[in-house]
Amino acid sequence: MTTTPANRIDRLFADRSRKRFIPFITVGDPTLEATFQLIQGIAEAGADLFELGIPYSDPLADGPTIQRASQRALKNGVSIKDALQLVTRLRDSGMEAGLVLFTYVNPVFQYGIERFFADLAASGADGVVIPDLPVEESGPAVAAAQKHGVHVISLVAPTSDARIQMIGEQATGFLYCVSSLGVTGARSELRSDLTDFLARVRESTNAPTAVGFGISTPEQVRTLAPHADAVIVGSAIVREIERYESELKDPATTGEAVGKIKNFVHQLTSALQ
Amino acid sequence: MADVQSTAARVVPDEKGRFGEYGGKFVPETLMNALMELEQAFEEARRDPSFREELYGLLTEYAGRPTPLTYAERLTEELGGARIYLKREDLNHTGAHKLNNALGQGLLAKRMGKKSIIAETGAGQHGVASATVAAKLGLSCQVFMGEEDIRRQSLNVFRMKLLGSEVIPAVSGSRTLKDATNEAIRHWVSHVDETFYVIGSVVGPHPYPYMVREFQKIIGEETRSQILDMLGQLPDEVIACVGGGSNAIGMFYPFIQDESVALRGVEAAGLGVDTDKHAATLTKGRPGVIHGSLTYLLQDEHGQVQEAHSISAGLDYPGIGPEHSYLKDTGRVTYAAITDAEALEAVQLLCRTEGIIPALESAHAVAEAMKRAPQMSKDQVLVICLSGRGDKDVLTIQDALAPKQEGENLA
Repeated sequence: MTTTPANRIDRLFADRSRKRFIPFITVGDPTLEATFQLIQGIAEAGADLFELGIPYSDPLADGPTIQRASQRALKNGVSIKDALQLVTRLRDSGMEAGLVLFTYVNPVFQYGIERFFADLAASGADGVVIPDLPVEESGPAVAAAQKHGVHVISLVAPTSDARIQMIGEQATGFLYCVSSLGVTGARSELRSDLTDFLARVRESTNAPTAVGFGISTPEQVRTLAPHADAVIVGSAIVREIERYESELKDPATTGEAVGKIKNFVHQLTSALQ
Repeated sequence: MADVQSTAARVVPDEKGRFGEYGGKFVPETLMNALMELEQAFEEARRDPSFREELYGLLTEYAGRPTPLTYAERLTEELGGARIYLKREDLNHTGAHKLNNALGQGLLAKRMGKKSIIAETGAGQHGVASATVAAKLGLSCQVFMGEEDIRRQSLNVFRMKLLGSEVIPAVSGSRTLKDATNEAIRHWVSHVDETFYVIGSVVGPHPYPYMVREFQKIIGEETRSQILDMLGQLPDEVIACVGGGSNAIGMFYPFIQDESVALRGVEAAGLGVDTDKHAATLTKGRPGVIHGSLTYLLQDEHGQVQEAHSISAGLDYPGIGPEHSYLKDTGRVTYAAITDAEALEAVQLLCRTEGIIPALESAHAVAEAMKRAPQMSKDQVLVICLSGRGDKDVLTIQDALAPKQEGENLA
């Protein structure tokens, strides 16, 4: 590995005997302060690494739940800069979980690739997921990330077929295995050929694997955990945040609402090992 | 199509789908294999004489090609400058150039064994063209259309349904073409194995901007041959409107190597390029990624895509085909912007002088010609790409003109 051992993702997956839990939440949904408290609560519920979504006007890999979260956060004017400040604040408060930003490529281009990765590393974040930046287009971003000791997380999909080997060989940090065709969002049933796909991915790579897209219940977590190093849940948590939106916005009730979401996540993390 | 080959060497796009720095494939990994399969299938098809013959047969016997090149005598007299010729894509079956591309992609879908096609549409012309092709080729078709455009273009919505297609409203964002395209891409990601996405303009990830150009360049190839037959000379200037930019690329591409021919694209200035209600991407935008392609884009300082505005639903798009971005930067094509009000003036002038109701999109090109022609000499030749007919727009035009006729100010 060329990355620095200081990177929390690498530190986390140094021990692969434990399965890891990766929640996704949108930064600034419903407020930046609520996001700060939610991350702390969800970490206590057993989350190991966070995907922090930067809201985007045209999130074409996302389903309706995360689209709505994006809209709520955009109304608050949340940008990359706010997400980086949030990461710094979390690190200053002693947060030790891995922190990975999730952003579409255009905001990164407009921020400037070199500046983005320099600021990402300086904030204390460990990497970034860019869903619309396939391997063929990711050269400049990967070079900048390596220079600053953070990871560009690659994605691999059930339709990747012959590309699985190529993607697996290049993956660093962890490899994000897309478990459903389509956009993000909870699904009642997962593909029957999913475990075959995950087995193929694991054969292709030395990187840890994390499976996500459509996973929403403890049963699904329990079923998939043996086939990957980590499980990612996004929309199901975002849906809970949406449910308690008004409580999360009101400082008087934020703590109580965070407690409810923490309990929800705890059910998911309990299904992991 | 077969014998009128442009002398243009294909320098763009490169094998990564880049026009200079623009273009590329900025899409989720789930779609990458589908794009590579499409690229390969298209390359095989365009070299296959049987595919070319079948497409040529449909273009001539079904669509009615070649479309005429009409000398606009009274418009020429009215403007008092260059001789003006109209390339009559409005006479193509379904009323616009969109069918050229929809037929090509529809045939390709069938060749690839896909049973269903999806499409996005703004004004509804590409939706109608796709629905038409689906009916003709026996494919099922779903068209994604912004809710706002469904309201503005109710007649085209009914036409698509009549042709047997399903129209799915896009309710996110500005509920126009940009959002319909997002929804179509989301649907495609979910059904990529069995569905062919018929993109309607020279936008999207590689190979779409290149493939759509190849299906639309028949416009320019015919025009070039027709004007040489009629006048024995090339035009001095060619004007076309630009939303995504497919009629313009189709018209311009065969003239790219003819350095004496000035090429001019016309964007929608909406209420004015200095207001926040326009669609003048090349005039006011800067490079960014939209719908899988790096290109000029209307966006804020953080890279959030901004909503475009035009009276013409087909030009109401915050991005533009990547090849146009390249042609702007290289200077081979110049780009102007025409306001809603100027386009409406042009509609009326063309109606009165030539007996042709142009689509509001095409009226932008006519409006630019109204500025250009008087500055040119009477022995010079100006060609306008009349990309579509205005039947779909008459209610919009009626609404826009009504207050003025009652002596009130235009909104």
